[in-house]
Amino acid sequence: MITIGRLRDAGRKTCKTFWRLLPVLIGVLLIASLIVQLIPELVRLGLLGHGPLLEMLGADLLGSLSTGQPVVSYLLGGELRQAGIDLYAITAFIVAWVTVGIIPMPAEAVMLGWRFTLVRNLIAFIMAIVVAWITVATLNG
Amino acid sequence: MAEKKTEKARKGVGGWIFLLATAAIYLGIYVWKPVYAEASFGHFAKMARDIAPILLLVFVFLWALELVQGMKDRLAGLVGHDSGVKGWLVAVVGGVLSHGPVYAWYPLLQSLQKRGMRPALMATFLYARSIKLPWLPLMAHYFGMGYMLILTAYIACFSVLNGWLVERMIGSGGQGD
Repeated sequence: MITIGRLRDAGRKTCKTFWRLLPVLIGVLLIASLIVQLIPELVRLGLLGHGPLLEMLGADLLGSLSTGQPVVSYLLGGELRQAGIDLYAITAFIVAWVTVGIIPMPAEAVMLGWRFTLVRNLIAFIMAIVVAWITVATLNG
Repeated sequence: MAEKKTEKARKGVGGWIFLLATAAIYLGIYVWKPVYAEASFGHFAKMARDIAPILLLVFVFLWALELVQGMKDRLAGLVGHDSGVKGWLVAVVGGVLSHGPVYAWYPLLQSLQKRGMRPALMATFLYARSIKLPWLPLMAHYFGMGYMLILTAYIACFSVLNGWLVERMIGSGGQGD
């Protein structure tokens, strides 16, 4: 049963969540705005644009090392996409960001065991490339 | 309790420190290359305008999720070794519906693990958590509705494959150390 009180409490909690997230969102948008202007230059210098597989691997690694709200990966990925980065790499980055956790690994290992944590993350790392590939292939197919 | 509050406050301040640091970077770049900083800020303003309506939708979704209470408790007892298809379904749906930082879910998973939760279902739950329902409109905004639906469907399917593979590799008995 949803009462006015529950609606109010849920609303308050959501506002708090948003308030905590707001500076991170603004900060990430600001940084993304700085980065996207560098992309054409990076491509020109040869640091990007080495083909889908190598870019996917790099993006997978970068996503695995990143931590934070998944929305950040959407924002960064979306802006990088608009700057011309390949969709394969961006998808690998987004998937790895949310499914592989190198930074939270010690916490996960302490709670759930090292073997479980290592195997789970290793499989998720490989899968990020597979998911990226079949997602874009399906979309283009 | 007091420690928890301090931790929460610290995390809340962290975001503002991050924003301040970003502003300082902008200021530094503005001194060095004002045109670049101005162009970046213009890009930021446009992005902020574009995603504002999406954030409103996200707010409504988050609000709705907050109303679904007691989900953690309902998970217990549904993910044991004899849970079958129901267990897989609970792991995927539970993962999709779970929100908040992953750290908050480790204690629950650990207690479920001690009560016999299959490693496959733990891994499936953790993988399916990557589907963030409230944020899907933002993904659709950037990449299109088709992309969002395809990627979400694949992640849901691969969460099961991930769980199955993890259990095949470490065995169904436990987590191992």
